Amino acid sequence: MIRVSNLGLAIDGKTILYDISARIPPQGLTAVIGPNGAGKSSLLYCLSGLTRPTSGQVSVDGTDITAARATDRARMLALLPQVTPALPRLTVADLVAFGRWPHHRGRPNDEDRRIVAQAIRDLDLDDLLDRRLDTLSGGQRQRAFIAMNHAQSTPWMLLDEPLSALDPRYASDIMARLVDLSRPGTGRAIVVVMHDLAMAVRHADWVICLKGGRLFRAGPPSETLTGDSLSALFDTRIHVEHLRGRPVVVID
Amino acid sequence: MADRSLLILAAACAGAAALYLTWGLQGPYGFILSLRATRLAALAIVGGSVGAATVIFQTITANRLLTPGIVGFDSLFVLIQTLLVLVLGGVGYAALPAFPKFLVEILCLCAIAVALFASVLRAGSSDMTRLVLTGVILGVLMRGLTGFVQRLLDPTEFALAQAATFASFNSVDPVQVAFAAPILLLALLLAWRLAPVLDVALMGRDSARSLGVDHERLTMAALAVVAMLVATSTAVAGPVTFLGLLAASLAAAALPQWRHAVLIPGAALTGALILIVGQFLFERLLGLQSTLPAIVESLGGLVFLVMVLKRRTA
Repeated sequence: MIRVSNLGLAIDGKTILYDISARIPPQGLTAVIGPNGAGKSSLLYCLSGLTRPTSGQVSVDGTDITAARATDRARMLALLPQVTPALPRLTVADLVAFGRWPHHRGRPNDEDRRIVAQAIRDLDLDDLLDRRLDTLSGGQRQRAFIAMNHAQSTPWMLLDEPLSALDPRYASDIMARLVDLSRPGTGRAIVVVMHDLAMAVRHADWVICLKGGRLFRAGPPSETLTGDSLSALFDTRIHVEHLRGRPVVVID
Repeated sequence: MADRSLLILAAACAGAAALYLTWGLQGPYGFILSLRATRLAALAIVGGSVGAATVIFQTITANRLLTPGIVGFDSLFVLIQTLLVLVLGGVGYAALPAFPKFLVEILCLCAIAVALFASVLRAGSSDMTRLVLTGVILGVLMRGLTGFVQRLLDPTEFALAQAATFASFNSVDPVQVAFAAPILLLALLLAWRLAPVLDVALMGRDSARSLGVDHERLTMAALAVVAMLVATSTAVAGPVTFLGLLAASLAAAALPQWRHAVLIPGAALTGALILIVGQFLFERLLGLQSTLPAIVESLGGLVFLVMVLKRRTA
């Protein structure tokens, strides 16, 4: 369980997040949604421990994340930033192997290699193993980075807009894999900052809605992803209808 | 594969060194050989330390255009030396025991460089263009300050200080080479230990930190190693600005690798090779018609310009 209590964040005197208190369940997929500039990425970075909040606390499975040592933190949380470096010379195998760094710090053993191989299989990257990152498509590249996070074997995985700039086909592929990785029983929960409401409606188990740096609403999709709630969140008429039994988002 | 490329580079270096030592050898062998060996050692030390320093510096700044020379590391070292002459006076400076003086200068450079560049790099790390510009302006500032302090000196002291401001391999002090070699080895050893963490740093600051790398500490440690390397090369031959860029770019092109355990020795060998081959050409074949640092600097400067322009259009 991630518990956020009275979290506030100001950067260069500008307040980004105001007094946020919320909890994130330790399984399934949590979506962080809200209009541009609502502070979604800032909240994610506070959860990851990489950004130190100005006030308040983030506790991850009972540990105060800002007080945790870098290695311990890296064994609890994996983060996929929105922008990743090009790394033209690395192969997919090289990249995924980096996920084990917090566990071996430069001296990988057989267990590390086994987990890397498993992560590569889990994300169907076997065929791309020796391909260099600069030869991959956007979707393949994103899959490779997620495999790296997967190999990190953390109970929490945080992703900052992993679907941006992806075609619908790749976006739904990535989303389906994230759902797979966070199934109950895997011991892993995933938090995703996302813009695609259709994806959120279909896959999220828990939703955090931010608006203007404040917590607008948090809860299961049945409370947060309703037409009224989304309309108020985005200041636009939004309906949630059902088409062949599936929820669909319609924007006026 | 990469190991073989490294071996080829090392063999090329050894071959160039042998050629430099033995070409047209006649007369009092012992005397000429010891003269050439001293200069050869200086060339290898300068090329090696500048090449290694540049690779490390480029990784922590996440920027393939910057070198410690461009942002004024070596000018800072010259500034420290010049300030020492100003404070102690020419006689006092000359009377200082050589090795402790060298150590103090290196420690000063480490401390100032880490304090100064760590803050600048942190502030500008998000913006590549700003980082390059800040670096270049810092370099100019260091050179300007050195020029200013030199104007405060009397002519004898000035001559003493000025000897340190120009790169030259024609008057190499064997004592300084003897000091520099162990320090270079120590710095390379530290660089070797940093290599795996530097690999992770390639992932970018956020990813590296989320993998448990203490990025601030790594930056400090890497800057300290860079300062040691630059101090070593500047003490031996004076400031060389663009050699590092030339060595790092050529090494990156020659070695199909990203691991620092290969790239750092690769760039060090490339730097040494450039200087040894260059000095051999100038001394033996072209009859000292120009100076080696001048040519290496203009070639390196050209590479810098091409890289800047390519990046603008890309």
